[in-house]
Amino acid sequence: MGIADELAKQQRAVSIAEFFERNRHLLGFDNKKKALLTVVKEAVDNSLDACEEAKILPQITVELIHMGEDRYRVIIEDNGPGIVQEHIGRVFAKLLYGSKFHSQRQQRGQQGIGISAACLYAQLTTGRPAKITSKVEGKKARYCELRLDTKTNEPQLLAEREVDWDCEHGVRIELDLEAQYQGGSQSVDAYIKQTAIVNPHATIIYTNPKAEQLILTRVTQELPPQAKEIKPHPHGIEIGVMQKMLENTEHTTMQQFLMNDFCRVGAGTAKEILSNALIQVKAQPKSLRAQDIEQLMKGIAKTKIIAPPTDCIVPIGEELLEAGLQKEVTAEFYCSKTRTPEIYHGIPFVVEVALAYGGTQRGDNAVNVLRFANKVPLLYQMRSGAVYKSIVETGWRTYGLNQSTNQLPVGPLTIAVHLASVWPPFTSEAKEALANYPQIIKEIKLALQECGRKLGRYVNKKKKARAEQERVSVFEAYTPVCAELLSEITGESKVRIEQHMTQMLVKNKEFIMKNKGIPDGHEKEN
Amino acid sequence: MDTKKKIEELAKNIIEQLVQQQNPSMTVPIRSLSNVYFDKKSQTLQIHENASTRSFYNVNHVRKFVQTLAVAAGSKKLVERDITVSIRDLYYNIKRTLPNTKIDLLDSQTESDKAIEDLEAITGLPRERLGLIADASGTVSGKVVIEDSGDTIDWSKLGSGGWAIPSDVENITFKSVKAKYVIYMEKQAVWHRLHQDRYWDKHNCIIMASKGQAPRGVRRLLIRLSEEFKLPIYVLTDFDPWGFYIYSVLKYGSINLATQSDTLAVTGAQFLGITADDIEHYGLKKHFIKFKDVDMQRIGQLENYDWFKASKAWQRQFKLMRSYKAKAEIQSLSNRDIQFITNTYLPEKIKKQQFVE
Repeated sequence: MGIADELAKQQRAVSIAEFFERNRHLLGFDNKKKALLTVVKEAVDNSLDACEEAKILPQITVELIHMGEDRYRVIIEDNGPGIVQEHIGRVFAKLLYGSKFHSQRQQRGQQGIGISAACLYAQLTTGRPAKITSKVEGKKARYCELRLDTKTNEPQLLAEREVDWDCEHGVRIELDLEAQYQGGSQSVDAYIKQTAIVNPHATIIYTNPKAEQLILTRVTQELPPQAKEIKPHPHGIEIGVMQKMLENTEHTTMQQFLMNDFCRVGAGTAKEILSNALIQVKAQPKSLRAQDIEQLMKGIAKTKIIAPPTDCIVPIGEELLEAGLQKEVTAEFYCSKTRTPEIYHGIPFVVEVALAYGGTQRGDNAVNVLRFANKVPLLYQMRSGAVYKSIVETGWRTYGLNQSTNQLPVGPLTIAVHLASVWPPFTSEAKEALANYPQIIKEIKLALQECGRKLGRYVNKKKKARAEQERVSVFEAYTPVCAELLSEITGESKVRIEQHMTQMLVKNKEFIMKNKGIPDGHEKEN
Repeated sequence: MDTKKKIEELAKNIIEQLVQQQNPSMTVPIRSLSNVYFDKKSQTLQIHENASTRSFYNVNHVRKFVQTLAVAAGSKKLVERDITVSIRDLYYNIKRTLPNTKIDLLDSQTESDKAIEDLEAITGLPRERLGLIADASGTVSGKVVIEDSGDTIDWSKLGSGGWAIPSDVENITFKSVKAKYVIYMEKQAVWHRLHQDRYWDKHNCIIMASKGQAPRGVRRLLIRLSEEFKLPIYVLTDFDPWGFYIYSVLKYGSINLATQSDTLAVTGAQFLGITADDIEHYGLKKHFIKFKDVDMQRIGQLENYDWFKASKAWQRQFKLMRSYKAKAEIQSLSNRDIQFITNTYLPEKIKKQQFVE
C-alpha cells in the first residue's frame, strides 16, 4: 500500500508540471516573447477587472526590467481593492482557482487560470517565487512570497510580513521570468497601447526594458457601467459545464435545478425540457448518469426557450471607443458604431467597430487591425479569427480603399473591432482569436459597413477636394510647353505668352476648381 | 494657302485669344458617322460643318490641345526644311516630359497619330503636305513605265516583288501605260499568285494590292490611272463585311478622312468579287467560315450606310450574306485549282462585266 500511495503522489506531482508543459501553448506561453506578453496581460486584465468590480478608476503601473540574458522582472501595481490575506495564496499559486469560472458575467478573465499560470511559469523558468504585496482599505499592507507546490497544487508561503505601503489599497506583483522583449505588433508595448484604447477610464504608466516611459492618461472620469451577472441560458451550455452544474447545485429536483440555475426557464419550460429529455421532474440532479445528461442536452435543444436578456452586456460605447482610438492613433477622421445586442448559441454579445483614417498612418500598407474581446486586446492568430474574416469579406473599395479579393484593404486606416460578451467564443484557451460563428461575423460585417459608409463619404469628399486642386495644377503643368510651342511657331516671346496664360489661370482659379475649365461659349465634348 | 501659313495662323489665333483673356481654342471638324453625309452628286462622303471646339482651359481638352500644337510645330519645321518623315519619327521628335512634372506629353504613338489626324482635319491638309509619309504602301505590276525622282521604272521588269508604291505618288510621271484595266485586291498573297502567273502580261492589265484597307498612295495611284488614262478599276475582296467595306472606303471615301474625299475617293472603282453569286456559281459554300457576332453587327451597319442603302444590288448581297451567316476568302477559289483564279475566275468575271453597283 505504501508504494501505491507514493506512486499516486508522484503521479500527481508530474501531472501539475506536465499539465503546464503540455498546455503551454494553450495558456499563451509558447515562447519567451509571448510569455512576457501573457504575464503582463494576465496581471493587467485582473487589475482592470478588480477595479471595475470595486468601482475604482484604475491606475496601473507596469514595469519591465531586464535582469541580464533572458531574464526579466515584471512589476505590476494597481490601485484596486486589494486581496484579503486568506485568498492571496490561492489566487496566485493554485491553478484553476478563481471566482470567475462559473460566473456568467462579462469580464476580462474567464477561467481563473491566467495569473496563477503566470506565477507558475515564472517559478518553473527561474525558480524564483512570486512576490505579492496587497493592501485592503483600512488595513496594513501585507507582503508575501509564494510558490506553487507542484505535487499538491497548493500554495506555499515562503515569507510573509506587514509592510508600509503608501497607498490606500491595491496589489503589487513582482515576477522574475525567462522572457524576450521585442517591439512590434505582438509586443507588450502594443498590448498596453491597445488596452488604453478600450479602457478609456484607465490610466496606465508603462516603463519598458529600455527605460522608456509611456504615460497613458484616462480620457474619461466615468466608470463603465457594471455588467450584470446572469445565470446561464440553457442553449448556451456545453455538456461539461452542465455536468459541473449538476454536481454543484443545491437544488434537489431537476425542475428546481433548471428553474433556479438557469435564466429564462420557468416551471412550464422546465417541464417541457424534462419531458423532451425523458427525465422525471423530480429526479435528483446529482443522480443523473452520463446517458441521462446526454438526453438532457438533447431535450434542451428540442425546447424553444426565450433568448437570454441582453442588458448584461456592457459595450464601451461609440463615443468612448472613438475617444480611446483618438488617444492612440493620430488620424484625421474617426467614426464608430456600437451594434445592438445579438445572441449566438444562447449567449448575448455586442459588436463595436471604430475606424481612424488618414493622419500619420501609411497609405501603402494593409490596414492596421485592432481586435478586442471584453476590452482585452487580441494580438495573436489574427488570420484565423472572425474579425479578419469579416474585414476581408467586406468590400472596402466602395469606401475608397484599395483591396484585392479576400485580402485586407490597403490604405491609411486603423480598424478596431470589439466584442463584448458574457462568454466570448475564442478559438483556443489562450484567448487569441474569436471563433468564426456566423452570427458574430454577420454583426461585425454590419458594424464595419456602417462605419465604412461614413468613411466612404469622407474619403470621397477628400478625393474631390484633391481633384479640384489637381485641375488647376494640370493647367499649370501644360502651360510652359504650350507657350514654348506657340512661340516656336510664331516667333513671339515665350515669356509674354506664358504671362498671359498665368494671368488667365490666376483670374479663373476659383472657377476652375469647381468646374472642368473655363467656358468658351459653345462648349462641346469631342 | 500653304502649310506653313496655315499652322502659323492657327498659333497666332490662339495667342490673340490669350491676349484677349479668352479661353484659347481650336476648331476641329468632327469625324464621325453622324457628321458625314453621302453627296449624291459627287458620289463621295462629305463632311458637315459640325466641328468641336478644343480649348486649353478644359481638363478634358488640354492634353490633346497641346499635343496638336506640338504636331503643328513639328510639321512646320519639316515643311521649312523640305523633308518628309514617318509618323513614328515625328512621334519621337515631339515627345517630351512637361517641365517639373512626371507627365509625358505623349504616352504612345497612338496619341501623336490621333493629333496628326486632328491637324489634318483642322488645316484641311493631307499628311503628305504636313511633311509626313504614311506607312509603306502596296505593290503593283503591269506593262507600265514611270519616272520617279529621276529614275525610270518599268513595272513589268521588277522580278517577283513588283514595285512598292510610295505614300506620295503625286510627283511620278507616266512614260507609257499599256493596260486595258486595273485590278485592285486586298490581299498580297492573291497579287503574288497573279504576278507569278504573269496575269498582267496575258491580259494586258495592271494588278495592284495592299494589305487590308488601301493606303493613300494606292488610292492616289488608282485615281491617277483612272482619271489620266480612263482605265476601269476592278476591286477584288473577300466575301465578308470587312472586304465590302474596303471597297466602300476606296470608292466613296472614309468617315475619318471625309474632309479629303475629293482627292481620295476612287469614284470609278467597280466591285468585281467575291460576290454571293460567285459563291453559288463556283460552289464556294463548302469553304465558308462561320460568322461571329461582330460580323453580323458589321453587316447591319453597312446595310444602313446611305450609299449602300440606295443600291438594290448591294442590299441583295447583304441579304444573302446574312442568310449564309458565313463568309469566304478570295483564296477559297484555290480549292479547285491553285491557278483557278488566273485561268478561269478572273477572265470569266471580266468578260461578263458583271459588277455589283
